[in-house]
Amino acid sequence: MIILELFINALIAGILLGGFFAALSIGLSICFGLLDTVNIAHPTFIVAAAFCTFILNANFGIDPILAGIIITPLFFGLGWVIYSLYYQFFEKTSAEALRGLAFFFGLLFITEVVLIISFGVDHRLVNAAYIGKSFGGEFAGISVSVPFRLLSAFVVAAILTLGLQMFLDRSFFGRATRAVHQDMMALSLMGVDPVAIKRIAFAIGLGTCGIAGALMIIVIPIEPAVGRLFIGNVFAIVVLGGLGSISGTLIAAMILGIAESMVSTFFGPSWAPAVSFTILLGVLAFRPTGLLGVGDTR
Amino acid sequence: MTRILKYRVRVMLLAGLFAAAFTLTTAFAPVAQAQSKDPIKIGFSMALTGALAGGGKQSLVAMQIWAEDINEQGGILGRSVELVFYDDQTNPKNVPGIYSKLLDVDKVDFVVSGYGTNLIAPAMPVVIDRDIVFMGLFGMNNNGKWNYEKYFQILPAGPSPAVGFSSNWFEAVKTFKPKTIALVAADAEFARNLKEGAVENAKAMGLEIVYNENYPPRTADFTPIVRAVNAKKPDIFYIASYPNGSAGLVRAIAEVGTDAMAVGGGMVGLQYAGLMSGLGPNLNGFLNYDFYVPEPTMNIYPGSKELIDRYQKKVKDEGLKTDALGYYLVPWAYAYVDILGKAVNAVGKIDHDAIAEYIHKTKFTTVVGDVEFGDNGEWTQSRTIAVQYQGIKNNELDQFSQPGTRKIMFPADIQTGEVKPFNSLR
Repeated sequence: MIILELFINALIAGILLGGFFAALSIGLSICFGLLDTVNIAHPTFIVAAAFCTFILNANFGIDPILAGIIITPLFFGLGWVIYSLYYQFFEKTSAEALRGLAFFFGLLFITEVVLIISFGVDHRLVNAAYIGKSFGGEFAGISVSVPFRLLSAFVVAAILTLGLQMFLDRSFFGRATRAVHQDMMALSLMGVDPVAIKRIAFAIGLGTCGIAGALMIIVIPIEPAVGRLFIGNVFAIVVLGGLGSISGTLIAAMILGIAESMVSTFFGPSWAPAVSFTILLGVLAFRPTGLLGVGDTR
Repeated sequence: MTRILKYRVRVMLLAGLFAAAFTLTTAFAPVAQAQSKDPIKIGFSMALTGALAGGGKQSLVAMQIWAEDINEQGGILGRSVELVFYDDQTNPKNVPGIYSKLLDVDKVDFVVSGYGTNLIAPAMPVVIDRDIVFMGLFGMNNNGKWNYEKYFQILPAGPSPAVGFSSNWFEAVKTFKPKTIALVAADAEFARNLKEGAVENAKAMGLEIVYNENYPPRTADFTPIVRAVNAKKPDIFYIASYPNGSAGLVRAIAEVGTDAMAVGGGMVGLQYAGLMSGLGPNLNGFLNYDFYVPEPTMNIYPGSKELIDRYQKKVKDEGLKTDALGYYLVPWAYAYVDILGKAVNAVGKIDHDAIAEYIHKTKFTTVVGDVEFGDNGEWTQSRTIAVQYQGIKNNELDQFSQPGTRKIMFPADIQTGEVKPFNSLR
């Protein structure tokens, strides 16, 4: 019975953790998966959003999730500006490969330094009624507890992911974004400006940092460099899910979340990263395009 | 005519040479004088960003206060002291390069360590290769494998630091008469060493170890670990964690709960102002290590309160973005450079063999009390204290600068409270 109880709780924790991972990765799935922009600074922008959330929560008592929604337009605007610069100086001159990567590395370091100068290096946390508490009970003799902190992250991440999926699937802009990923030249011939589409899509990708940052500071304590811990994770999830697939990103995040939770519970937490990346390598060996990726159609 | 001209030319040449010699000597005289008055450079890496920056930054401020003090007192060997430091980003990979640069390019006179075991370990081979004195700041058994005779450590964990660090915690939990223990540690050198010491203490107490695992530093959700521990029903739960993990475990335990009577032990970060105020009442009941807390019995360290007051004023007045309280590291970071300065002044010259010999045989009076080093460079006695978080009502930082929130449970001679079961304080 104890094993079953551990299994059920680990499964729930894994799904919730997967939701958190999905929130961190979904913006990168757009920027990297759909637009081929290796935005290695993405986790650091999430940390920046987490600090913005901290300010709103600590100074004005605003709920962290609401704070995340409030700052999302700010990060949308930031994404707009960053892509405009990136296009002007790198993509336009076809220098996006290595120099573009260096550009985002630079952004990563600059953002970290700005955060250090602005906030110092202390760890920051937010407080809300649902943080540090859980709900649960006994069902058929099995005790289940669900932390509100992770549940809220999961719910918000699920809404964000499904909303983006529907937007990209059903709107003209979404189809145009996918068309940019597939054949930019053909899109131009249709009379659509691919650069404008990419600019908006990149801004949406970076805009998700607003919500993801709020979820990050709800789930873990933050300091300016904490984003680096998640660089490997978010890229692994995007690649595992399949480049350009939003729903694939969600599924991949769930798989890694559940794997980490199960391994931590039954085999010891030190094995968790190894198992996660073994899953990634295993999937890529049999399905190089990732779980729901369609491959490069260009 | 020609002879007269030659004579004049010779006279002029001689005069020119004298003038040049005079100019050169007068020009270089101040330089030579300045060289003898060049500052004594003390180099180090420090975690100014990254996971340990919360401790690294307060250490740096404390060291800068010491440099101000020593310079006001005339410096070392009559020369002013200059600190040369680089940010190691809490990344051990950066450390060997920094120490090579300090010694080869910056030509520092002495090096001291950065903050923490993981960042001292990679500096050891560089320093040992140069055969120079090396003062360490909060390193856990860094000299265990090297036995380097010029290494001295300011961590007050006693001659066997891995064991001594947690010995008072195990003394404090004896009141619960535990039979089983679970141990969890971060997958990093400090935490692993700490856990190994805790395992030795647990075995010495005859405890059965029911869970013993490490967690990777990037772990986001600790609830599966806490559940796995709970499934083993330990009487006490020892945790050796770094700041991110400490906060994650505190919250996971608040959410999932535990029946263990004592929880904590080696949780780094719970002493930082940011995490204490952020976690607030969730800290109640945790029994953890510490070195200095604002309890009335901590008057065993004369001068430390005044130093901490100065630190807090400096942080406030200068708007420094660092730990607002500074209890955790400030006295110790001040003391380890202070000991070096006192030793060099006593020896009277920069002779690393003589300085190391002097430090070995001397009892130093510092802001952290009297300090003596054993053969392995560790303290001859442990002064780690076990504190229990009690009566924390909210997230206000001020309460942590008052007595009563972190009561001393052990050692008995400075005890300020009775250790209580974890859940009775929740």
